[in-house]
Amino acid sequence: MTAYLITSVSVVGAAPTDLLIRDGVVAEVGSGLNAPDATVVDGTGLVALPGLVDLHTHLREPGREDAETVESGSRAAALGGYTAVCAMANTSPVADTAGVVEQVWRLGREASLVDVQPIGAVTVGLAGERLAELGAMADSAARVRIFSDDGHCVADPKLMRRALEYVKAFDGIIAQHAEEPRLTEGAQMHEGEVSTRLGLIGWPAVAEEAIIARDVLLTEHVGSRLHVCHVSTAGSVEVLRQAKARGVRVTAEVTPHHLLLTDEVVSGRSELASPALANNWSPAGVYDPVFKVNPPLRTASDVAALRAALADGVIDVIATDHAPHSVEDKECEWAYARPGMLGLETALSIALDVLGPEWDLIAERMSRTPARIAGLTGHGVDPAPGVPANLTLIDPAARRTIEPAELASRSRNTPYARMTLPGRIVATFLRGEPTVLDGKAVK
Amino acid sequence: MIKHLLSGGDLDADTATEILDTAAEMATVAGREIKKLPALRGRTVVNLFYEDSTRTRISFEAAAKRLSADVINFSAKGSSVTKGESLKDTALTLQAMGADAVVVRHPASGAPHRLANWVDGSVVNAGDGTHEHPTQALLDAYTMRARLGRLAGLSVAVVGDVLHSRVARSNVLLLSTLGAKVTLVGPPTLIPVDIAGALAPATDVSYDLDSVLPNVDVVMMLRVQRERMNDSYFPSAREYARRYGLDGPRMRRLPEHAIVMHPGPMNRGMEITPEVADSPRSTIVEQVTNGVSVRMAVLYLLLGGNNR
Repeated sequence: MTAYLITSVSVVGAAPTDLLIRDGVVAEVGSGLNAPDATVVDGTGLVALPGLVDLHTHLREPGREDAETVESGSRAAALGGYTAVCAMANTSPVADTAGVVEQVWRLGREASLVDVQPIGAVTVGLAGERLAELGAMADSAARVRIFSDDGHCVADPKLMRRALEYVKAFDGIIAQHAEEPRLTEGAQMHEGEVSTRLGLIGWPAVAEEAIIARDVLLTEHVGSRLHVCHVSTAGSVEVLRQAKARGVRVTAEVTPHHLLLTDEVVSGRSELASPALANNWSPAGVYDPVFKVNPPLRTASDVAALRAALADGVIDVIATDHAPHSVEDKECEWAYARPGMLGLETALSIALDVLGPEWDLIAERMSRTPARIAGLTGHGVDPAPGVPANLTLIDPAARRTIEPAELASRSRNTPYARMTLPGRIVATFLRGEPTVLDGKAVK
Repeated sequence: MIKHLLSGGDLDADTATEILDTAAEMATVAGREIKKLPALRGRTVVNLFYEDSTRTRISFEAAAKRLSADVINFSAKGSSVTKGESLKDTALTLQAMGADAVVVRHPASGAPHRLANWVDGSVVNAGDGTHEHPTQALLDAYTMRARLGRLAGLSVAVVGDVLHSRVARSNVLLLSTLGAKVTLVGPPTLIPVDIAGALAPATDVSYDLDSVLPNVDVVMMLRVQRERMNDSYFPSAREYARRYGLDGPRMRRLPEHAIVMHPGPMNRGMEITPEVADSPRSTIVEQVTNGVSVRMAVLYLLLGGNNR
């Protein structure tokens, strides 16, 4: 194992100190450390955070390796400062058996850029009709703990109840894509002024809120654990606030894009929740499918509520919903385009914009809490002597303009093309070995 | 002049009036023995139709031919994705063929906007999904002006399935620009959310046709598509016809000068009765005739015919 000495780095925003990494763990923390055998990394002006953990990543392998592979997605994650990602189950074949989740898990180990923790499907083939073999996936080498039909809602209330009950046997979590399917038939974007103007069928906020309300009541009834994926509306925030106040074991995530972009970008307007980022940026045009995502981009008041909820803890984590799609699946008519956006390589920058330089809060929302929810030991732990050296170094003063062609993902569907974003990942370490150095992937 | 005509909102009052005035000149061509002008000789207009619309396609074809343009009709029924070739690839093919204008009808809202990103020529939206149909709005405005002598200050009721109507959206945008007042009438299930804020703030909404009729100069009935009847937008065709259909007694509630319009094709007996459709107040046939003149004007102005 190689040793690394990171000098004068601010650990989670505290006063600069030195960090010595040896044999995969943080060996020492303090000023004036001396290690002649160590590779020195100048950390002046940089902030060290526990390596970021993403609860919601689509790696597309198996099945759509043209859009992403476990390896390419892992590299994108490392470049984004992540040391662990949870890979969603909507692959082809669906990750609804021990065999498929183990395949994804092994591909992650082979890539060895981040820890890839597979998420298992709740229902066979994501069809929402009968439970997948949740126990077999939990007992597999992948040790699955989160189950989700993401992309589809477990809409049947009885099946949802059964799923919530069943995973209690191994302390599992059901991560719900909250979307009442009858209310969103044919839906193309958020239902509101913009959808009316553009003649696109609306996806009403209540379709999300109604499912979350139902699910927190079911969770409370059976005493289980629920995680709500990609919360997107102000009404959902209020449902979650009340549920948490009652002590329901529910956690929730929000995506970077729902914290920044509004539905107005679909009509070609550069109205963002952040005026600083809107400066000198405009969408490429009206009906650009790069902005098509599920759940859809909402209104400015929804974005404001999500930002507030993230800050006050009603929303627990930022999760990317990194959803790579091929050019063919995006360069087409809006109605035919697949929903989803890239997120891994830009999430930290959006978090910086939303949460400012509150490093402890960023560490909480992007590393400690997601690691705790997913049960990923060794991740989400602040750098201290003896802990696994999973960490990321950020230059908060740097700014970078996003060029899709320069991203590590196999896909190019970033909504932030030509937007100048704050912050830059300088280095990422996974168990003491750099996966990113000087802003570049090591392998 | 604008390069593309994608939305009724693309036109300011001066440009819209220029199109209507030009259409009036074009209308005189229809009365000649040889119904043809040399204005677009050597130009190529492609009619790219991804869904059936014989009436609109023929109207554009007649318009282009009367201006001496070469016309290519390309029927690409069904989605571009299921056919295997993407809209972008089709656009690049048209580009390679030297299309000066592409008239596109597409089931997906916004498809003409996407196409306009990929071709150098002008794109004319001939109806996209549930979004817009701007030349229909222009021919409607032309017809109103021809019958009533003005547009500014007119009160227009647009009645029926506004939610799914591209005609309604384009009419609200264009008529508001030209100074008319629009009231949208229909069951609440068929009036889109935030419609006034989305399109034109002065737009009114009413769920009561009978209360609106005595105060309008124009009543424009929209077609109700059969599939809506099975999707609980309203309980039955009979109840719809009773509450929102235009029949003889209702027509007699209109002011004497008021006209009745319909973009066609009609569901006779549902949104409009034969007595109304065939009455002297009905402009339905004139609308078809005026459509050719308006589309001639649009193609002529978009392709720079006025500069040649």
